[in-house]
Amino acid sequence: MSDVLTVMGPLLRPVSNSDLAAVGFGESLAARSGGALDILILGPTTEDNERALVHLGVRNVYLLRHADLESYTAEAYASAVVAFVKDHRYQVIGAVSSSSAREFFPRTAAMLDVPMASDVFAVESLEPERAVFTHAVFVGNLLAAVELRGPMSLATCRASEFQAPKRVEQVSPVRRVTVSEALGHERKRFVAASRTQSARPELTEAEIVVSAGRGIKGPDEGLPLVEKLADIFGAAVGATRAVVDAGWMPNEYQVGQTGKVVAPQLYLAIGLSGAIQHVSGMRSSRTIVAINKDPEAPIFDVADYGLVMDLFEAVPELIQAIGGARH
Amino acid sequence: MKILVTVKRTPQRDSRINVASGGTLAMESIEFEINPFDELAVEEAIRLKESRGAEVVVVTVGGEVCRRQLLSAMAMGPDRAIRVDAGEALDSLQIAKCLAEVARREAPDLVLSGKLAIDDEGAQIPAMLAALLGWPQANQASKIELSPDGKVAEVVCEVDAGLETVEVTLPALVTADLRLNEPRYASLPGIMKAKKKPMEVIPFDEIPDSGATRSAVIGYRALPPKPPGRSLGGVDELVEILSEKKLI
Ligand SMILES: Cc1cc2nc3c(=O)[nH]c(=O)nc-3n(C[C@H](O)[C@H](O)[C@H](O)COP(=O)(O)OP(=O)(O)OC[C@H]3O[C@@H](n4cnc5c(N)ncnc54)[C@H](O)[C@@H]3O)c2cc1C
Ligand SMILES: Nc1ncnc2c1ncn2[C@@H]1O[C@H](COP(=O)(O)O)[C@@H](O)[C@H]1O
Repeated sequence: MSDVLTVMGPLLRPVSNSDLAAVGFGESLAARSGGALDILILGPTTEDNERALVHLGVRNVYLLRHADLESYTAEAYASAVVAFVKDHRYQVIGAVSSSSAREFFPRTAAMLDVPMASDVFAVESLEPERAVFTHAVFVGNLLAAVELRGPMSLATCRASEFQAPKRVEQVSPVRRVTVSEALGHERKRFVAASRTQSARPELTEAEIVVSAGRGIKGPDEGLPLVEKLADIFGAAVGATRAVVDAGWMPNEYQVGQTGKVVAPQLYLAIGLSGAIQHVSGMRSSRTIVAINKDPEAPIFDVADYGLVMDLFEAVPELIQAIGGARH
Repeated sequence: MKILVTVKRTPQRDSRINVASGGTLAMESIEFEINPFDELAVEEAIRLKESRGAEVVVVTVGGEVCRRQLLSAMAMGPDRAIRVDAGEALDSLQIAKCLAEVARREAPDLVLSGKLAIDDEGAQIPAMLAALLGWPQANQASKIELSPDGKVAEVVCEVDAGLETVEVTLPALVTADLRLNEPRYASLPGIMKAKKKPMEVIPFDEIPDSGATRSAVIGYRALPPKPPGRSLGGVDELVEILSEKKLI
């Protein structure tokens, strides 16, 4: 009963570092419990993804396809996990913290009547009947040790805090699972999804993120500068809530407590003040550079390098300097 | 229609909370308010009340200290409040079980919650509540549109990849995200009226099968300190550092 399960899906886009971090999280749990790690992929996936996931050294890769899992709904995904664990025993069931896991994991926990930890930074200890996880609280300002008691628990992990497992030559067996009962909820229907197309890297996967705050003034003023800078770096663009609320950038670019959590090699904060809710989503970045004309801006408290300057002077200068260095 | 709104008392949104000796929280000088995401849920409920008529009930699980926040919530417009009188030691699943009992007693058409409590940052209770009730849910809503007959809600949700639209047939649970609306300030007459609105207290021992507490924080600690940053003289210096670090 010390085995661990990592749940993934839907997985139609290529497996990302965040997905792999969930497997790394599972691996670190299994190493502590002395059990085996399995992966469960819910819903459709691609052959490429299957091929990538069988080389991670896990005991089994389970694929659960079902008509009700073709498009994601929390209700069906939670019911699928519940149906799967009827025939399997796990001490911890994990997933990466994402907008879908935030929704279907606690639903699953309540259906199984087991405790859950959210957005785990680290595993402190794992014993039979007891797990202790580190989790950030109070807008990321403090760490809490959360103890879960009982033979089974659920946990989502923060992608930036866990490493993908090493690729191994050995191939894990792929096992197809069928569930005959209906999984969806008769009162829930997926209608549509819309996403902004962008040639830039995914925010949570990028090595470099250039984020814009209200200081950019508007979509026609500072935004083109920020985008140009991002393109020179091959970076993703991010934004503060103020920028998204103003409609200058779409919601999926927001970094922070209510947006994405990022931890790139380089985070360039441009014309943003560094409110705690924003910092909570970028604090773990390796190197933080802030450009802000206000020397008192709180972003300078978390920045490794601070440049007190008007962004409308600094960014064009920077573009010119590194544009030359790059090309 | 009847709308139940879950609200939690949390430290003011920009509070800096420190760790006291023994890994406890230093809360002496901290002021409390309604969790910001719950404020959005209350606002949404009142807008539905104003546009199509509804009874709005706010509910919290907590001690006597939560009275203040229930009053502030009612000052925005809800009709009455319920407090499940519980100590602080409950875990998410137990709180969800308390809320589920209230939902069973009240039989609302819609439960509105915040997507996250800004203190424990669990983001667990609403989905647990929906599961316990066997209801569909829609998470992180930036728009809720009710059908003319009030039976179906089309909800636009903020998800990692952008926006997702789902349809739930009521009764259902929806959690509020930041762009759902702009919460109003309570007016002075609103505050005066709130004091006269009913506030029911349900003793914790009336909650059936609340279960054992199986999740608890056993200690807090501060983040590892960060060395102070370096102030740069100009763009040249930044470029130098970036190339030293092989970032350009
Ligand atoms: C519950 C809750 C959740 C939240 N979640 C998030 C979240 O997830 N993400 C998030 O970002 N915010 C979030 N916020 C909002 C957050 O509190 C701040 O309001 C927001 O981050 C501020 O955005 P900003 O830094 O762009 O704007 P401002 O705070 O207005 O800062 C703009 C900065 O730009 C600088 N500036 C202006 N002009 C120039 C110039 N020409 N050159 C250089 N600098 C210039 C100014 O000095 C200032 O520091 C949340 C708030 C709440 C209450
Ligand atoms: N003690 C409580 N009483 C009532 N509602 C709560 C309580 N705790 C959490 N909630 C609701 O659940 C939401 C998410 O909380 P959490 O799961 O703790 O992040 C909050 O925004 C509230 O709407």
